[in-house]
Amino acid sequence: MALPKEELVEYIYKMVEAAQGKKQLKAKDIEKAVLKEHPDQNKNDIKFAIKELIDGGRCVYTYFGGSFIEIPRVEGAAKH
Amino acid sequence: MHKTPLLDQLESGPWPSFVTDLKRVAARKPQTADLLGVLERSYKDKITHWKHGGIVGVLGYGSGIIGRYTDLPDEFPGVEHFHTIRVNHPSGWVYSTKALRELMDIWDEHGSSVLNMHGSTGDIIFLGTRTEELEPCFAKLTSKGWDLGGSGSAFRSPSCCIGPARCEWAMYDTMEACYELTQEFQFDLHRPSYPYKYKLKLSGCPNDCVAAVARADCSVIGVWKDDIRIDQSAVQAYAGGELKPRGGATKWDKLDIQKDVVELCPTQCMSWDGKTLKINNRECNHCMHCINLMPQALRPGTERGAAFLLGSHAPILEGAQMSWVIVPFMEMEKPFDNLKELMSNIAEWWSEHGKNRERVGELILRLGMRSLLEAIGVEPAPQQVRIPRANPFFFWHQSDFDAEAKGRRYDTRQGFIR
Repeated sequence: MALPKEELVEYIYKMVEAAQGKKQLKAKDIEKAVLKEHPDQNKNDIKFAIKELIDGGRCVYTYFGGSFIEIPRVEGAAKH
Repeated sequence: MHKTPLLDQLESGPWPSFVTDLKRVAARKPQTADLLGVLERSYKDKITHWKHGGIVGVLGYGSGIIGRYTDLPDEFPGVEHFHTIRVNHPSGWVYSTKALRELMDIWDEHGSSVLNMHGSTGDIIFLGTRTEELEPCFAKLTSKGWDLGGSGSAFRSPSCCIGPARCEWAMYDTMEACYELTQEFQFDLHRPSYPYKYKLKLSGCPNDCVAAVARADCSVIGVWKDDIRIDQSAVQAYAGGELKPRGGATKWDKLDIQKDVVELCPTQCMSWDGKTLKINNRECNHCMHCINLMPQALRPGTERGAAFLLGSHAPILEGAQMSWVIVPFMEMEKPFDNLKELMSNIAEWWSEHGKNRERVGELILRLGMRSLLEAIGVEPAPQQVRIPRANPFFFWHQSDFDAEAKGRRYDTRQGFIR
């Protein structure tokens, strides 16, 4: 069953949090994972749930040879 | 200021030197002085002292900022952070002087004052700023109506030739199409959601001044569908030397229609009997060679639009590849809904099946053109056949090489000519 918007945002956040340090997730990885558990979820809802997490600063886009969605952190290179 | 004996050599040649420019900026910007220092050091060590990527950006966007740091921050503190900002360029790279001054003022205030007009994606590239300057710089840019361009696994800022604004060969309004597509794909431009980069370039005609066929995943190249229009009296004038080839842009005064035009036609679709030039338009591949040579005698047809090609990229392992025709002819009228829909369908198929860092052209090679065409609902067409374009069952003998060396020519239709 499709998740309501707020629940979807939290569902995705937990997914990104659980993957932290183990696997870097792309937007499409998140979409596929959500659709696997909730096949009737609207793809646009997933897109905008990710946008909400990014706009709120709870998640950030990172670039390590490709673009990923991760939990914000201070990277080693930015030491000051 | 660091001592830069190796870089100084680059000032000695006949051409303007970027080192001279950087030294001029370094007199007022300490980070640019360190930039020269780290570059000199790289020349000496023969390795780069830069690393790029990471998590820097502006809130809400995943594109437009490319994190860059030096691995020698203690030695060169000015370039400890030296991030790149990509600013989305206007269609056709047309600016007012006021707009340029505004941009330069913003970059003088928030960055190194070093920039690049324009990067290979077409954007204005601001080179070098610190993390804490990113948000204020972004705020100033947006307050003046500018926005960041694409980077990472995103839709990259579309770019186009200047089109009908200054060029008589434009088959459609490239600048309008570029603007429309930029607006349409705003979400994907700022929020990377593709397997890898996705570039779009729009050329108004097959001369392809923005090199869309080689530099963009999606190449939209203006073409005509009907016959080339011929003014036979103007052809005679070119043959007689009254009109200069290429509008006078060559050193030749007069055209040899047979040798310079007919024999150089790649599909051999033209004939010239000394009086009349004939074109078998069915065989023309729209290379524009004849039209470029005789612009007052030959003009493209009036049924105009664009060909849509897909897949050019330059991967390290396989080497550079050119785009591949997907739709031989499409109407190009505002609001370009057909193009938007086609590009969205392609992106959907690619996002569904593409691996991380796999360009759309690589996916076509992996899954096949059939898979793409079925997914996007485009009918197969002869123009989509990329290879073989010539008879692959041709076996050369030593005598053939010898004859070629002596000047024998081979025509794909007529066989050996002499």
